Amino acid sequence: MKAAIAALICGILFGLGLSISEMINPARVIGFLDVAGDWDLTLMLVMGSALIVTVVGFPLITRKAHPLLADKFSLPTKTRLDMPLISGAVLFGIGWGLAGLCPGPALAGMASLEPGIFLFVAAMIAGQYIGIRLEQALVR
Amino acid sequence: MIEPNVAGGLIGGALIGISSVLMLLLLGRITGIAGILTGVITWNKADGLSWRMAFVAGLVLGAVLYQVFIGPLPLQMQAGGPLLIAAGLLVGIGTRLGSGCTSGHGVCGIARRSPRSFASTGTFMVVAVITVFVMRHVLS
Repeated sequence: MKAAIAALICGILFGLGLSISEMINPARVIGFLDVAGDWDLTLMLVMGSALIVTVVGFPLITRKAHPLLADKFSLPTKTRLDMPLISGAVLFGIGWGLAGLCPGPALAGMASLEPGIFLFVAAMIAGQYIGIRLEQALVR
Repeated sequence: MIEPNVAGGLIGGALIGISSVLMLLLLGRITGIAGILTGVITWNKADGLSWRMAFVAGLVLGAVLYQVFIGPLPLQMQAGGPLLIAAGLLVGIGTRLGSGCTSGHGVCGIARRSPRSFASTGTFMVVAVITVFVMRHVLS
């Protein structure tokens, strides 16, 4: 229960952050990616600002024996640079560039009730199911 | 160049960073929205479902709070129906195969100095820039 409340508060902070930084706006995202057009560096400021906080904070936290509300840290275990990683990043990059939407802004953007966002989120969920099937096929 | 949102970008980015640091400190988890979503849509009770649902709810609630207390969400769609579906599918498949998105790899993974996250972030950034270049300056 405590963990769920903590996650809810973290989600609210994240959603507020995406809204205040305008990363919820595909026009801002495409504006950053469009280096040959009217370039908009807002995304770089957002990522830079977020990274200052995480780059300083993360090492201080992982030094601890365990997180405050859980028995252990659940961190990614894969270390190899493999084909699924790179091909996945390529597919994600194309999708991100086409719509200017990635998972966080798309989910938070549902608050606007914009129909296009719901269309994107539905397709993204379908895509994740397809991705899970592909992962299972690749493991075999 | 488009006028960047400097104050919003820096404040919003810091909130995203603080959210990610708190998630690690309290739950011991990486704030990767794509991965959090996967746990929800696959109804994966073994890996903690309630905190994932709470985070996604918070994400939307954060954007709702923005609309209530600050103003209308800045949201200008950059793609229509079929393109949104294609983009959503690619983002869904890509984030599954590639084990993460802008938040998990771009903000958290880089702070963990994960080589996989550096490779992923570099790849999806370059591919997204190329995608936008092709869409905006070659095809149109």
